[in-house]
Amino acid sequence: MPIMDLANPSRFLSLAGRVLPWLSAAAALVLAYGLYRVYGAPDDYQQGATAKIMFIHVPSAWLAMALWGAMSLAALGTLVWRHPLADVAAKAAAPIGAAFTLICLITGSLWGRPMWGTYWVWDARLTSVLVLLLMYLGVIALWRTIEDPSRAARAVAVLTLVGALNLPIIKFSVEWWNTLHQPASVLRLGGSTIHPSLLVPLLVMAAGFFLLCAALLLASMRNEIFRRRIRTLQMMQAETARG
Amino acid sequence: MTALASLFARDLRVATRIGGGAMIGVLFFLIVVSLVPFALGPDLALLKRVGPALLWLGALLASLLTLDRLIAADHEDGSLDLILMSETPLELALAAKACAHWIATGLPLVVATPLFSLLLNIDAAAIGTVTLTLLVGTPALTFTGLIGAALTVALRRGGLLLSVLILPLAVPVLIFGVSAANAGSPEQPSFATPFTILCGLTLISLIVGPFAAAIALRHGQD
Repeated sequence: MPIMDLANPSRFLSLAGRVLPWLSAAAALVLAYGLYRVYGAPDDYQQGATAKIMFIHVPSAWLAMALWGAMSLAALGTLVWRHPLADVAAKAAAPIGAAFTLICLITGSLWGRPMWGTYWVWDARLTSVLVLLLMYLGVIALWRTIEDPSRAARAVAVLTLVGALNLPIIKFSVEWWNTLHQPASVLRLGGSTIHPSLLVPLLVMAAGFFLLCAALLLASMRNEIFRRRIRTLQMMQAETARG
Repeated sequence: MTALASLFARDLRVATRIGGGAMIGVLFFLIVVSLVPFALGPDLALLKRVGPALLWLGALLASLLTLDRLIAADHEDGSLDLILMSETPLELALAAKACAHWIATGLPLVVATPLFSLLLNIDAAAIGTVTLTLLVGTPALTFTGLIGAALTVALRRGGLLLSVLILPLAVPVLIFGVSAANAGSPEQPSFATPFTILCGLTLISLIVGPFAAAIALRHGQD
């Protein structure tokens, strides 16, 4: 069984090893260019330079949601096709998603301090991102509780899919409950309401964040495969030691 | 059908006998409610205002308390394997178990709510709405909790993890339950809107809960 499990990941490892340097370099370049564009972008007429935190805040919010989507796809891969790499991807994505969610919350509250006069308000979007963070932490906790990786993967896959079903409901209910945050303005019907001088740097930053996320995900998947190999080797060693 | 009925009856019997722990939830609920005035102060006007929300929180926590036994007890004594191997669809068997669990642990919370409302100085009309919202909302908590119980079934000390996994999913139920319970206040004039959404959430959980739990149990077996 372990041999079969490793067969496909080996090809993945060699591919990841070749792609990763290029991906990391691309992420660094795009992020550097994005930061340069952000530096050159005009200050907001009301919020001043503070608004520039948006260039970090918004891409991390997108990634926080996108990574749950990626985890849901991986969960389908685990449950439906039993693809060995799907577990690895799901496991690697969880801490990265949690980190981007946390970045989103922290940058948001740093922005909120001068703008709203407080670090935290129980506004709808903040609250639903907080719930998203709690769900990421729950997924990580479940990963860290079940010892056998493939059983853990299946349990986490069910939780991820239930979460994916629940997240829109949570978002809707929290919005119904209380709303103060400005509505989405980049992707909406009737075109973006952001001026191009801000939109272009934002999209460059978003591209940089996505590349960074892909590089982190790939590196983390590679580490996870190595970790599983070590686990298998240790178990084989224990088996031979027992004789 | 008879298999489901006997499973339902068995779970109900087991829950109400010694070691079943059905009434511990109500006791916990009472303790939570009676601790609140110590924390907030014995201000009756304040308690009346926050009362429905506190009852909901207490019921939410109390319903979590017993969830870890919902499937784990059957896992320990081996009857879960029989349920898994039987011809009865696992989804229906789990739904029957969850119904029995709700009657044994959720319904007593609902029945106790009017009495506990008096401790929090809630007036007669509001007692009715709080009890009604809990009657409709607690099945959603049980059926969502069913998923958590299935995920953590084989774990030692799964109860704590179960709460961590399930509480975020209970946010919508809590929001609409408390909103409906507070209906009539200036910030929430309508009762029908949140109440019907609460009914909808319960119906969704009645469907999603058994299916997700069945997937988790089937895939959890090696």
